[in-house]
Amino acid sequence: MLPEAIEAMAAQLGQVGNASALHAAGRRVRRVVEESRESIAEALGARPSEVVFTSGGTESDNLAIKGLYWARRASGATRVLVSAVEHHAVLDPAAWLGDHQGAKVELLPVDEHGRVQPDTLRTAVEKDPDSVALVSVMWANNEVGTVQPVRVLAAVAHDHGIPFHTDSVQAVGQLPVSFAESGVDALTVSGHKIGGPIGVGALLLARGVDPIPVLHGGGQERDVRSGTLDAPAIAGLAAAVRIAAETRDEHAKKLTELRDDLIERVRRAVPDARLNGDPVNRLPGNAHFSFPGCEGDALLMLLDAKGVECSTGSACSAGVAQPSHVLLAMGADAALARGSLRFTLGHTSTQADVDRLVEVIGPAVERARRAGLS
Amino acid sequence: MSGGVDSAVAAARIAEAGHDVTGVHLALSANPQSYRTGARGCCTIEDSRDARRAADVIGIPFYIWDMAERFHRDVVEDFVSEYAAGRTPNPCLRCNEKIKFEAVLDRAVALGFDAVATGHHARLADGVLRRSADPDKDQSYVLGVLTRDQLSRAIFPLGDSTKAQVRREAAERGLTVADKPDSHDVCFIADGDTRGFLAGRLGADEGPIVDALTGDVVGTHQGAYGFTVGQRKGLHIDRPAQDGRPRYVLSIEPVSNTVTVGPRSALEVRSISAVRPVWNGPIGEPREPLDCTVQLRAHGEVYGCRAQVSGDTLHIELDGAATGVAAGQAAVLYAGDAVIGSATISGAV
Repeated sequence: MLPEAIEAMAAQLGQVGNASALHAAGRRVRRVVEESRESIAEALGARPSEVVFTSGGTESDNLAIKGLYWARRASGATRVLVSAVEHHAVLDPAAWLGDHQGAKVELLPVDEHGRVQPDTLRTAVEKDPDSVALVSVMWANNEVGTVQPVRVLAAVAHDHGIPFHTDSVQAVGQLPVSFAESGVDALTVSGHKIGGPIGVGALLLARGVDPIPVLHGGGQERDVRSGTLDAPAIAGLAAAVRIAAETRDEHAKKLTELRDDLIERVRRAVPDARLNGDPVNRLPGNAHFSFPGCEGDALLMLLDAKGVECSTGSACSAGVAQPSHVLLAMGADAALARGSLRFTLGHTSTQADVDRLVEVIGPAVERARRAGLS
Repeated sequence: MSGGVDSAVAAARIAEAGHDVTGVHLALSANPQSYRTGARGCCTIEDSRDARRAADVIGIPFYIWDMAERFHRDVVEDFVSEYAAGRTPNPCLRCNEKIKFEAVLDRAVALGFDAVATGHHARLADGVLRRSADPDKDQSYVLGVLTRDQLSRAIFPLGDSTKAQVRREAAERGLTVADKPDSHDVCFIADGDTRGFLAGRLGADEGPIVDALTGDVVGTHQGAYGFTVGQRKGLHIDRPAQDGRPRYVLSIEPVSNTVTVGPRSALEVRSISAVRPVWNGPIGEPREPLDCTVQLRAHGEVYGCRAQVSGDTLHIELDGAATGVAAGQAAVLYAGDAVIGSATISGAV
């Protein structure tokens, strides 16, 4: 966590009070919550009333996907259009709606760089615009870092009055994210991806967009989300969002330089390494490679032993590496998908980290190749 | 690291001894039962979590290796085809031979590791495999098929301990698997119903049950693969034997799909032949009759014998009669508590 977020959160941990209470302690906590709401709204180009606090990205995505579907189903709109490269927090609720709630889920295909082309969405929508309950396309992909043309896609949906949700968990702090300018109706934010606390997030919801709640209860958040507000975490989130917005330009520039250096030198060390994702429209802190002939898991283990921490993408609940649905959607074959690694840079990353990776990646790839694909 | 107490303590001991240790849990089934069947539904979660938790407590890296395809091919399919051929396989032994000390070991060596350590109860010093200090838990039998090469890259840190000591140590080390029950039966047959498992793969195949003494057909069976030499229960013989004594399975003939039964005395054998011998002990292969002992199934009795190799076959003459000797099981030879070698039983008279 960012020191400012820790400080803001810690300052509230010892305070008594429920933000919904009418007494003095409640008012004091409510003030913290509402100031946080205003601060987040300002940083993300939204109105304070458009900020709905949640327990994080997964809850925000569930509320948007399930809630908007339920709200629109009554009028006969049952098609749910989501991109094929979404995070599981979007894909799984959509699949569940398909399995149990009568939704017709359509996965929007992506191009080789992982982008949803606006024409792809337009064609899908225009088959029968009135039957589309919602569209969800992430702002930036968590695995390969590809940035989607969200503004254009949202406009396509709006041409037909269809609500548009975007999961921007990866984008906030690295890309300029303005809720108002993007034109989307619902936008997911998570605390811990930007140096805030784990277990808190928000769903930005435009006025007049009212999903059916997932969590029923006291109706604390606009009657679409219930549960006592976690004021300390919300204060920490607000601090992190504020810093993320303030330092974004400088942070993104630093990350881009480090990342470009990383990409160039990894390619030099492993000439047949393949960079995945969009070469231009990508997150500043993301470098994602396939290493032909390697198993990602083996490579990860060898790098971890050398002090380099990276990620293979997805594993099943028992921990077995699975070929990434993102790479498969981009046209990679299963073997290449399994030989892929994501290197993520963040606010603690340094040139020395990149140097270390470049130093060990060549021998690690060579060794992983000898071990072969199991 | 299976998620059980033995492998957890084994890992803790070698890590403490100063080795650079990485924990590996093997995912052995592509479609096991699971808490969750979602978009990514797969794999048993509880055991892998227990293994991961143990690795975290010990403070070593932990990875899951997907060996499902190899396991299915080399252990499960082998198990089914052995039964179909009228033999009685030991899948644990096969798993040690083909998975833990072949697929896993090869991969580990290629990745730069020196050895594979497991929680087996057996001793291994100077390349010689010996029985565990805990005779009730001894697993040298299911390791007796390993070659010298395989043993040279194996470590069994629990060999000098009893199971009770291992459990006590696990508790002292704060490993939550300290009182986890022992695993039993065949790991890939969750309900323990081997005959049902085989029937699902081989289908019903009705055939006669023949009395060896009279030559009479005394019953029918739904598949000869469901029987093991020495078996008495579940024969469903529909008439009493002439001599009024219980009947045991004497042999299984897959081609004619015949199960032959007879009195217990007819089960007794003194002479065993076994194929594909492996010599992994302190003594070379016996070209002349060698006085030693032999174990003919897991946790089975130990018999005095003379063993001799001719060609690719190991001949074993037992000092006394043995019963329930099934083709497909391993005959593991011992000199005292040291394993000398092993071979797969092909016949007995």
